[in-house]
Amino acid sequence: MKWAVIVFPGSNCDEDAAFAIREVTGDEAHLIWHDARDLSDFDAIVLPGGFSYGDYLRSGAIARFSPVVEAVKREAQKGKLVLGICNGFQVLTESHLLPGALLRNDNLQFRCEMTELVVENNQSPFTADYAIGERIRIPIAHGEGRFVADDTTLAKLQADRRVAFTYHANPNGSVQNIAGILNLQGNVLGLMPHPERAVMEWMDSVDGRRMFLSMHRYMKEARALVGANGSANS
Amino acid sequence: MLEPTAAQIRDEKIYRKLGLTDAEYQQVVEKLGRLPNYVEAGIFGVLWSEHCSYKSSKAHLRKFPTTGPQVLQGPGENAGVVDIGDGLAVAFKMESHNHPSAVEPYQGAATGVGGILRDIFTMGARPIAFLDSLRFGSLEDGRTRYLFEQVVAGIGGYGNCVGIPTVGGEVQFSPTYRGNPLVNAMCVGLLKRDEMVTGTATGVGNPVFVVGARTGRDGIHGATFASAEDPHEKERSAVQVGDPFLGKLLMEACLELIASGAVVGIQDMGAAGLTSSSAEMASRAGGGIEMNLDDVPVRESGMTPYEMMLSESQERMLVVLERGREEVAFEIFRRFGLEVANVGRVTDDGRLRLFFRGEVVADMPVAALVDEAPVYERPIADWKPPVPQFVPTTLAISEAWMQLLAHPSVADKTWVHRQYDTSVRASTVLGPGHDAALVKVPGVNKAVAMATDGNSRYVYLNPRRGGQIAVAEAVRNLAVVGAKPLAITNCLNFGNPEKPEIMRQLSDAIEGMAEACEALGTPVVSGNVSLYNETRGVDIQPTPVVGAIGVMDGIEHRVPSAPKSVLEPTELWVLGREDDSLSGTLYGELVCGGPAGDAPYVNLAQEARLHQLLQQVAGARLVAAAHDVSEGGIAITLTEICIASGIGAEVEVADGADAHGWLFSEAQGRVLVAVTSANADALARLAATFNVPARKMGELTGETLCVKLQGALLVELPLNELVATYEGAIPSFFVAEQLTATH
Repeated sequence: MKWAVIVFPGSNCDEDAAFAIREVTGDEAHLIWHDARDLSDFDAIVLPGGFSYGDYLRSGAIARFSPVVEAVKREAQKGKLVLGICNGFQVLTESHLLPGALLRNDNLQFRCEMTELVVENNQSPFTADYAIGERIRIPIAHGEGRFVADDTTLAKLQADRRVAFTYHANPNGSVQNIAGILNLQGNVLGLMPHPERAVMEWMDSVDGRRMFLSMHRYMKEARALVGANGSANS
Repeated sequence: MLEPTAAQIRDEKIYRKLGLTDAEYQQVVEKLGRLPNYVEAGIFGVLWSEHCSYKSSKAHLRKFPTTGPQVLQGPGENAGVVDIGDGLAVAFKMESHNHPSAVEPYQGAATGVGGILRDIFTMGARPIAFLDSLRFGSLEDGRTRYLFEQVVAGIGGYGNCVGIPTVGGEVQFSPTYRGNPLVNAMCVGLLKRDEMVTGTATGVGNPVFVVGARTGRDGIHGATFASAEDPHEKERSAVQVGDPFLGKLLMEACLELIASGAVVGIQDMGAAGLTSSSAEMASRAGGGIEMNLDDVPVRESGMTPYEMMLSESQERMLVVLERGREEVAFEIFRRFGLEVANVGRVTDDGRLRLFFRGEVVADMPVAALVDEAPVYERPIADWKPPVPQFVPTTLAISEAWMQLLAHPSVADKTWVHRQYDTSVRASTVLGPGHDAALVKVPGVNKAVAMATDGNSRYVYLNPRRGGQIAVAEAVRNLAVVGAKPLAITNCLNFGNPEKPEIMRQLSDAIEGMAEACEALGTPVVSGNVSLYNETRGVDIQPTPVVGAIGVMDGIEHRVPSAPKSVLEPTELWVLGREDDSLSGTLYGELVCGGPAGDAPYVNLAQEARLHQLLQQVAGARLVAAAHDVSEGGIAITLTEICIASGIGAEVEVADGADAHGWLFSEAQGRVLVAVTSANADALARLAATFNVPARKMGELTGETLCVKLQGALLVELPLNELVATYEGAIPSFFVAEQLTATH
């Protein structure tokens, strides 16, 4: 499998994400500068954490105008997996690939700490390796991670089982303790916590590994399916 | 505004406003052979300032040992560099940003972080960690809370955005820092041993570039006004504003440019901006630089040569490229959307020559600016701290224990470090809360260990021994986690050097530090001096802060400060000479209302053996945890181990020791270790071979902390009460503020 890790000016978790992908799945991970216009070569796309454009104006608000975002949208429409972590999640909501918005933490401070997440949906390509209701330990590091959405959106998210993770102890005031959500098709996940920082024994948690493994397996199976049906890759 | 003429500068003594004394001005005139014009006088003023020239401290700094087989670059460059094996090296340095932080705490701290970051990547090193050593007044004071909150936010604001983890440091609170907080930022970077670059302008005809941000009118004379009588009035406009986003782009662009091999020399435009970077780069090469100031990218029109040369606008670098390879730089900086301008060239005439609108506006010998800056042997007089000699034991043990635990210098610092991104770069093996931080080196089973330390109370009571302790403690912290100490950097934060007793503090502290560096095999490879830390004539307690660096081969050997979980019988041992003196302790400060007695015991030979032992203990994986005994004594060290592992303890006071003293002594060279009963014998045997005293003082058990004296129960404290006090102390000062903020 071939992964693209998008690098916006100010991204700073791009190397970490690429490291986790290579280490956990053995796949290729390429760092792709934000002026790329074609991502059709890749099987999965990761929008990493950081401070794209310094988080000026609003987190993710400027990055959404980068040329690469149009390419991300095209690949997402084709059903490719798109994972947005932290600032990547903010870019996804700003680009309307995911609903809702991420506002300043209710404690008005940057928060970096280990959090316990509850797996709310294990039917997605990102979460298949987790058990439903399982508590996993993944660290957060953000100042603007308070997820908000209007009541209709929230009701829809719940009805469609698109809340992937909730916080066991809410660190930022997110509505309904939401830590990560899926799009309607289930191929785009945005989450504030950093799974790429929980993939090695010495990182204090290895619970992030299974997210990359789930994605890897899903892509492999999807490719096998395409192969079995004899249809060419579009 | 019309600039004063050379004659006016002399007649109206305008040079004084530029930071030159009458005698210094005379020297400038002699060296130039004529009167300096306004630009030249300004340039001499900043380069001869205490901040840039180290004129009061230089003579004393020579006492530091600076060499060793591990040293690849000693003091005098943008950062020191040490060899960590496998063809790799570590660049590191610590720098103070005290004065700006006292006036504008968020930007002062943020630009402190940004500045030290640039010093590191300038060496061709990829920054991998920050540590911050902070000192504030008492949290009861509203302005101190504001400074503390904003400094922490500023450090996070810059460090988090550039994506370098803040993995350690310390915060201490003492009334001595009320008007003059200390903000010392340290950065550590990683490089290939043979790919180091320096700030040298060589190769006649090579082009000189200004890259990064545009030059504005901010921070003019930031380096000079560090000793203004009323800094709060004068410095406000001298504080720079940082842009971490630009800092991140500049870092990436410079690292890429350096990797291209086109860079001859590169230097951060820190204090005194374009002036110090150009003069220092030329000085190191023994040559000269010629610049055309019309080509400097500016933020606003109408800037004069004086303003351009003295601006301290952040996120700028001066780069000398190999002639003919300019296109490489243009391509890289354009891609990152950064300014790059060819402003001059390297010469061999030893002069700093500036042109503006076709005229020569300054022409000075580089040697006079840098190498021949004045060095003062300032008068030294005896220093006798006005303190009580003895510490009475008037506080009940349980009362003292809880008061110490609630003291913000001792209490849990989660409130601070959870505002820092401690795990970005996904390489933090041990972060805040351990004796030293460990940051993994990508691609090899190796980690860099780092710690900062510096207790002003000890230095105030006894500058020489306090200096020894500052080094001993920082270096010990590396050994505690199992690393091999390599070298140190430091920030010497002292009061007004024009007072002879302050010079005594400085001179003696440096002597003590130098002795400890020799004894422990950790030379000084970089550093910074911050003088004039005073408020209305009252100096801070002398505060040398030490940043120590070590290496660990095989991260599986790391030793945490507390066992993660206690699944089998675990004993507590004390390694090192036991002690029961309350001299110089925080306990003494609580009882006497200020420092009391002498600095605690330290013995450098014993210290060195202890460090050897600790590395062996880690290598053999004998212990579950190790934690240094420091402020608050064994009582606090023990409490921290118990809180972090979630289990109580039962311990026995050393035979014949005074219970108060044994619990609260801050004698140096002691480490508590948690060891399974199965490994205890092996530990004792190993300690004996290093001639380090070792005693089983108790075990981890139950839900209370029990101290026994000759078998009889002396004090018992429930763990949950200790946790509540320890964790609640600092947040309790901010509860009210948070409520108003959220509602």
